[in-house]
Amino acid sequence: MRFAVSLLTVLAIASVIGTVLKQGEQYVDYRIEFGEFWFAIFKPVGLFDVYHTSWFLLILGFLVLSTTLCIWRHAPGMLRDIRGYRENATRNSLRLMAHNAEADGEVDRTAAQAYLRQAGYRWRILDKDGVWTLAAKKGVGQRLGYFFAHAAIVVICIGGLMDGNLPLKLRELVGNKVPETRDLPQSKVPAQSRLSPDNLSFRGNVTLPEGAVADVVFLNSGEGFFVQDLPFALRLKQFQVDYYSTGMPKRFASSIDVLDPQTGKVVKSGVVEVNKPLLYDGIAIYQASFGDGGSPLQLTGWHLNRPVSQKFEARSRSTQSIDLDGKAYTLEFGDLRVTNVENMGKNTPDQTSAVAVNKLEQALASSQSVKSTSTMRNLGPMIQFKLRDSSGQAVEYQNYMSPFLDDGALYLMTGVRKEINAPFQYVRIPLDDDMKVDTFMRLRDVMLDSSAWAEIAKRTTDKAFQGGGFTETKRAEFAAVTEMILKQFAQGGFPRIDAFIREKVPEDKRPSVAQTYLKILQGATVDAMDIAQQRAGLQAVAMSDTQYRFLMDSLVATSGFFEYGSPVYLQPSGFTEVKSSGFQLTRSPGKRVVYLGSILLVIGIFCMFYLREERIWLRSENGKTVLALTGNRRSADLESAFERHRAALLPATSKEEIAT
Amino acid sequence: MMMTLPLARRTPLDFVFAVLMLAAGGYAFARYGQYMDYYEHGILLGATLALVWFGWFWPAMRYFLPGAAVLALLGTSSYHGDLATAQHSFILKYFLASQSAVMWMCVLYFIATVVYWVGLVRRANTVLSIASGLTWTAALAALTAMLVRWYESYLIGPDVGHIPVSNLYEVFILFCLITTLMYLYYEARFKARTMGAFVLLVISAAVGFILWYSLDRQAHEIQPLIPALQSWWMKIHVPANFIGYGAFSLSAMLGVAWMLASPIERKPATRNTLHALALASVVLALAIGIYGASWFDISGAAAQLTMGGVLCGAVLLVIAAWPGVMAKSLPSPQVLEEVSYRAVSVGFLFFTIATILGAAWAADAWGGYWSWDPKETWALIVWLNYAAWLHVRLVKGWRGEVLAWWSVIGLAVTTFAFLGVNMFLSGLHSYGGL
Repeated sequence: MRFAVSLLTVLAIASVIGTVLKQGEQYVDYRIEFGEFWFAIFKPVGLFDVYHTSWFLLILGFLVLSTTLCIWRHAPGMLRDIRGYRENATRNSLRLMAHNAEADGEVDRTAAQAYLRQAGYRWRILDKDGVWTLAAKKGVGQRLGYFFAHAAIVVICIGGLMDGNLPLKLRELVGNKVPETRDLPQSKVPAQSRLSPDNLSFRGNVTLPEGAVADVVFLNSGEGFFVQDLPFALRLKQFQVDYYSTGMPKRFASSIDVLDPQTGKVVKSGVVEVNKPLLYDGIAIYQASFGDGGSPLQLTGWHLNRPVSQKFEARSRSTQSIDLDGKAYTLEFGDLRVTNVENMGKNTPDQTSAVAVNKLEQALASSQSVKSTSTMRNLGPMIQFKLRDSSGQAVEYQNYMSPFLDDGALYLMTGVRKEINAPFQYVRIPLDDDMKVDTFMRLRDVMLDSSAWAEIAKRTTDKAFQGGGFTETKRAEFAAVTEMILKQFAQGGFPRIDAFIREKVPEDKRPSVAQTYLKILQGATVDAMDIAQQRAGLQAVAMSDTQYRFLMDSLVATSGFFEYGSPVYLQPSGFTEVKSSGFQLTRSPGKRVVYLGSILLVIGIFCMFYLREERIWLRSENGKTVLALTGNRRSADLESAFERHRAALLPATSKEEIAT
Repeated sequence: MMMTLPLARRTPLDFVFAVLMLAAGGYAFARYGQYMDYYEHGILLGATLALVWFGWFWPAMRYFLPGAAVLALLGTSSYHGDLATAQHSFILKYFLASQSAVMWMCVLYFIATVVYWVGLVRRANTVLSIASGLTWTAALAALTAMLVRWYESYLIGPDVGHIPVSNLYEVFILFCLITTLMYLYYEARFKARTMGAFVLLVISAAVGFILWYSLDRQAHEIQPLIPALQSWWMKIHVPANFIGYGAFSLSAMLGVAWMLASPIERKPATRNTLHALALASVVLALAIGIYGASWFDISGAAAQLTMGGVLCGAVLLVIAAWPGVMAKSLPSPQVLEEVSYRAVSVGFLFFTIATILGAAWAADAWGGYWSWDPKETWALIVWLNYAAWLHVRLVKGWRGEVLAWWSVIGLAVTTFAFLGVNMFLSGLHSYGGL
């Protein structure tokens, strides 16, 4: 017992470690997280997969064994107890029981039996040598509870072991099977890393693009994987996601066909959903994950570093090398995500009163309603990709296909990040009336074109000095400043102008100078736009609030592109969606065994706690009757039961109670 | 006598109640049966029979359950099918909208706690019976709130509607309700009202959490169910689990009460050590409260909850130093121990059932009945803990101080399994993050 308890403690501690340390990750990740030193200690102990280590299974096995022995040892005695009535009890032994009473006179035998029947007892009578003994019992199932509960533990563990990967571990130990660590296509994986379809139990994963067929699943194993051959083939016909009106996903469903591996005929079709697996041939197919199955994309690219932004069309899917402005890059496409629901924050009602509302009051008011006040918005299809230069440095982009509506104006969003896990920084490209980026690109070209600066400055100056009355020197000065601001802006956007002011202007004058510069730049942008339209042979756009906002947004976006880090902007312009769905396939013959054990366990615990065993003896000899009661309930309850029995069973002339 | 319910001993009221419940179940089936699947039909039938049994087993339920039903029906019918009605309908805005009922529940629990303590300290029976009445009312508010919330979820959207046991906020209300009802049962059964002062403490802590979670995090907002939770298993797994959690909390608080009710000699040296440890715990708690978030890479709220936990530890150490100081006000240690044991045995049974149901659900949702997911593993640890507790009591015959403390530690383990896993560990079971 003590040994078992200490093993149980070890098991509990190991389990705790298993929950604190994330299990079953790639070894590389652990190495990074803990460093070489701890990795070298943790790995052989098996801390990265505690629940499947041999020592863990060994302890588990031992506990099963000791529970079995425990049942074995106690069973015969207990069974005897359960079956027997102990009608041979002597007068003395009855008088030693906790509840007993003695009275003069004989028992009304039929009345006593009727009473006991009514109360749910079973009994046996022994009438021998002038002694009449009635031994009654009820609730003996309580003791059966002990068997059920303990046998249940054994049954559950056996079921668990059936489904555990014990056989595979053993074969690995012998060297019969070796996990594959190379990145190979599954058909090339050698036999020593393949498991046959007869494998008793397994749990593996496979991801299928729509229309594709798989006849294997992959089992993770430490540093590598095994390929499990299936007794059938699986085809994903279609994968579908349904959404709630709030934008949260509501249903993930894969329509699949199960195919005969030889003939290729469909033997079963169905829909697999989360919580609704499909069963075929003892193998359960679960919906596990989903993603992009390699949708072909159409992209419009914009060269950003050329004198005139050039558009180019591209079709793309997989990783590819591209040459941009004479430099070699690798373009690595990530997933296409068609639906991107983002929480746009609280949809707070307009403050009608100017009085600031107390924060608690506000919280109380909002806690009144169970309806969510957050606004969810679907931002539409988005493509994520990495652009890796020849030195291996990668910048990650996140480009949306649909325009983003903000306060009446439309933008295309492109996010950029230079470090993994850093948040994306977005550039919002304003769209023109045709919902295109072309106008912005034209304006940007002019703003960055050094040959245009003089012309812009001239026009801006002309406008500023329309009223006349200023000297020619002042005009020239103003034009020079305008050109200088344009130049600074073209070299690095707003941050560059800011740096310039910090460098040249005394601190106390900086705010006012910055204001002036900004005004001049804004004025210059208007003229730059006119030039851009002229160059393209288009009509000038009439100034309006919308147009002004477009120009200001263009300034911000132009400035934002200096931090963009890519020589191109890739605008997704179309796609043919191919979804993919991840399945988990399991064969677990132990499941039924475990469920059987579970039922036994519940019955067992129920019997142990809620069936109350009670035994009554009624013994008449020489005109005296003894009543005795035993039970395993709280003494106060038993006492009141005893009082009832005494009133019903003993002759009325009951004298003193002997002892309690 | 718990399970035996011979018909002969039933009163006419019992049958009225049974007919009422069956009628309610039948009406629900007639009206909503077409929207349910077979499992849900089974659950409806099971729930109806269980309610009949419950009312027969515990007569007070013959009034409590219909009472809550009447209030809930009044609330739901006041809506006239539009959630916005709650803004201007007087009865909804101030009483029966689920959030209003939750607020009433919170306030009533707080008041009941104070009144129980006043009654305990002054040994005033009238005060204690008032406290008991307040607790009953709070439980009524809790059940009404849950029923109305269930209805409200369907008003948000027919596809959004679901039973309110799907996130941390909802299950905390369930926890308060279940713990209270279990306590009230034992209170009446053992005529020991002063236990309430302790049991209501743990409920008040849960209420504090509900308030923070709602006011600070807007957790009261009803969200649609993610696909993994769309299962009829949820309807039985979660309530079964909370009967377990509630029972374990009850037994732990009675463990504390046991300590205060049992005069045990303490050497001055032991007392000093315990005081020193308590002081150290306070320091540790403050340190965690201030720096915990950055040390362990957890949210500030999680750090503060941890701080609260360690502060409770400090209080327990002080109690350990002064056992028996409330012996005159509390029920006898034997009664406290008996109730504590009964709570554990009820809790253990339901926790076992809940874990098994969870495994069966996991087999449907995640592809395996046991994945050694942190929540599963901790459930196993909790189970082993109480299995050991019951073994030493039943097999070895242990009683008293060790078991009292063990049940308190059991609550700490249970709390970690319930909240800590969500805060500190990641896994499949992340439906109630903080």
